[in-house]
Amino acid sequence: MKKLTGARIAIESLMAEGADVIFGYPGGAILPTYDALLDSKIKHILVRHEQGAVHMAEGYARVAGRPGVVIVTSGPGALNTVTGIADAYMDSTPLVVITGQVSTNLIGNDAFQEADIVGVTRPCTKHNYLVKEVGDLARIIKEAFYIANTGRPGPVLVDLPKDVQQAECVFKYPDKVDLRGFKPVIRGNLRQIERAVQAIERSSKPLFYIGGGVQWSDASAELIELAAGLGIPVTETLMGLGCFPASNSLCLGMLGMHGSYGTNTAVCNTDCLIAVGARFDDRVTGRLKDFAPKAECIIHVDIDPSSISKNVKVDIPIVGDIKSVLAEMLRIVKDRESLAKRKPVWTKWHQQILQWQQEKPLYEQRNGNHVAPLQVIEELHNLTKGDCIIATDVGQHQMWVAQLFPFEHPRSLLTSGGLGTMGYGLPAGIGAKLAAPDRPVVVVSGDGSIQMNIQELATAVEYNIDVKVVILNNYFLGMVRQWQEKFYRERYSYSAMSVPNFVKLAEAFGARGFRIERPSELVTVMKEAFGTPGPVLIDVAIPKEEEVMPMIPPGGAMSEMLFA
Amino acid sequence: MPRHTISVLVENQFGVLARVIGLFAGRGFNIQCLTVNEEPLDSTVSRIVLVTAGPDEILEQINKQLNKLIPVIKVLDFQGVETVEREMMMVKIAVDERNRAELDSIVTAFRGHVVDIGPRALTVEITGDSEKLQAFVTLVRPFGIKEIVRTGSIAMARSVQLNGNQRQAREEG
Repeated sequence: MKKLTGARIAIESLMAEGADVIFGYPGGAILPTYDALLDSKIKHILVRHEQGAVHMAEGYARVAGRPGVVIVTSGPGALNTVTGIADAYMDSTPLVVITGQVSTNLIGNDAFQEADIVGVTRPCTKHNYLVKEVGDLARIIKEAFYIANTGRPGPVLVDLPKDVQQAECVFKYPDKVDLRGFKPVIRGNLRQIERAVQAIERSSKPLFYIGGGVQWSDASAELIELAAGLGIPVTETLMGLGCFPASNSLCLGMLGMHGSYGTNTAVCNTDCLIAVGARFDDRVTGRLKDFAPKAECIIHVDIDPSSISKNVKVDIPIVGDIKSVLAEMLRIVKDRESLAKRKPVWTKWHQQILQWQQEKPLYEQRNGNHVAPLQVIEELHNLTKGDCIIATDVGQHQMWVAQLFPFEHPRSLLTSGGLGTMGYGLPAGIGAKLAAPDRPVVVVSGDGSIQMNIQELATAVEYNIDVKVVILNNYFLGMVRQWQEKFYRERYSYSAMSVPNFVKLAEAFGARGFRIERPSELVTVMKEAFGTPGPVLIDVAIPKEEEVMPMIPPGGAMSEMLFA
Repeated sequence: MPRHTISVLVENQFGVLARVIGLFAGRGFNIQCLTVNEEPLDSTVSRIVLVTAGPDEILEQINKQLNKLIPVIKVLDFQGVETVEREMMMVKIAVDERNRAELDSIVTAFRGHVVDIGPRALTVEITGDSEKLQAFVTLVRPFGIKEIVRTGSIAMARSVQLNGNQRQAREEG
């Protein structure tokens, strides 16, 4: 049988996994693989910084629902991926990151562009590999894809020394994976599911609290059928937005630090909290001992046993794939007529929550001389008819999008939730567009965040990737400013920032740039910008006094919300 | 803080120990002792036995995280489990004609063995749980200890587990 080089084997294995796009950057130690890549049909996106490649792969993975692939060189190339990999790990995003490495005889010798990337990424990958024998390579890539996308998804790194890329062996791609230490539980325990249904039936104020797991499990349809069928309200984490349609009156939107008064009050009053694919993050719970204080029963469905009872003690844990567990719940619920009798009680509870929502709405429409973030987001919604993918960076603009944009579908909001990585938005938007070329992609960013990976505008221009970048520009690191105002006696320590002329900058990159300063310009300029094909940047001046409200102070309880 | 003896069955590959240890180090936990060995009946598997101290709920989280590691096959935390624990120690003790007999009687009482003899020192091998080893060290310290090496604990669950009442009765008895 014909022998192939490790480099060819790597590319053939990626093709066998159905990888259609690679985000990468070549360099010395990965050149053999890049040479093999030239002869393949896989599309390669040459990024401008390796961190951008990882965020693009994340955006791609979240929209496509399969692992994003990154190839970079050793040393600095590999190390530049670390923030992105940690981001993917926190937000359970499947990635396969292939890094070049110096030849095996040089490892540990302080060779040129050498870094122990396996050691560095050990705590922020789901698993990682150093390939020492070319004969192991095909199996390792097979395992990498399997691990990345099975159970709770996550990033897997494969470190590929140069001599292994050059060595030859017979290529046979394995057709199955055998990992005795990795057998995620898919089907939930039936007795536990039955107990959960009984607890829901007993409750008067049940509440679904759902997270990104619903999206990864493709369980939106089951969730909607279950929650809407029973008439139980649903609140979503940042990562869960879109999994339950915002247009359904049972949808309470985001909870937690910047959740609305009505939603957080519902959490404070529920007697049965049903957590699904969420992990009780501190930005959600606030002070732990005061979280959901009236909940007599907390149910938690999650595929990752280590998420259960990590922060909040759970009464009914159900380990399993959400889609399968919810389908099982639906089956039980359908046969149980006694549940219908609970509906009037639950409707009353829902009405109560809606009343709370009305008592303190999120933002009031204002007419002033300045553009308000609310107006920008409404205009985005108008221009895209609500059907677009929004990628955000991190900070105030991120929270405004999460609070105000009514997401109807899963895989529509791409944002860095767990790690809070500034610089995520633009590359994630580029990756998303490659996964869903027919859906409009909007990047909402801030003047601080956008500058963290603005070089990827060059990538968008080179490949003519149609992303519309909206910068909510207040010449401040807005969220930092907000915390300094509220919790550091208005001492604005290094949060004011001078920014470049974004319009000229966009044009220097070869994109189109627009600027909006007054409310009267908003509709016309946004329309023109969105009507312009290719990458476009829109710089919108907003007042620095705009704040994200309401807010639970850090370490505070949900009942201690601050209002505007 | 409660002492936990944790036994982890892992794939016998490079890097696995680093992953296991990393979960403790990353949380600022000290590992008091550690043994790693290839399984005698299956060379594809290694067993890591380690002892650490920490709050139960954090150790529970670490155990769940250990289970999540791909090369980890099985995790046993012996907290609340009746175990047999053993470690081995070799002690090189200064000795002369005058106190030789006294040392011999201590070694015999601890069921130790003399494994090396020199003109001014002898080396004793001793096996037991860590309390026994500690007691031996205390007794022979006046002779002058020249060198000590210890293996760290290995542990196994007892075939018969006493329930809480029986255990209490035994402790009181």
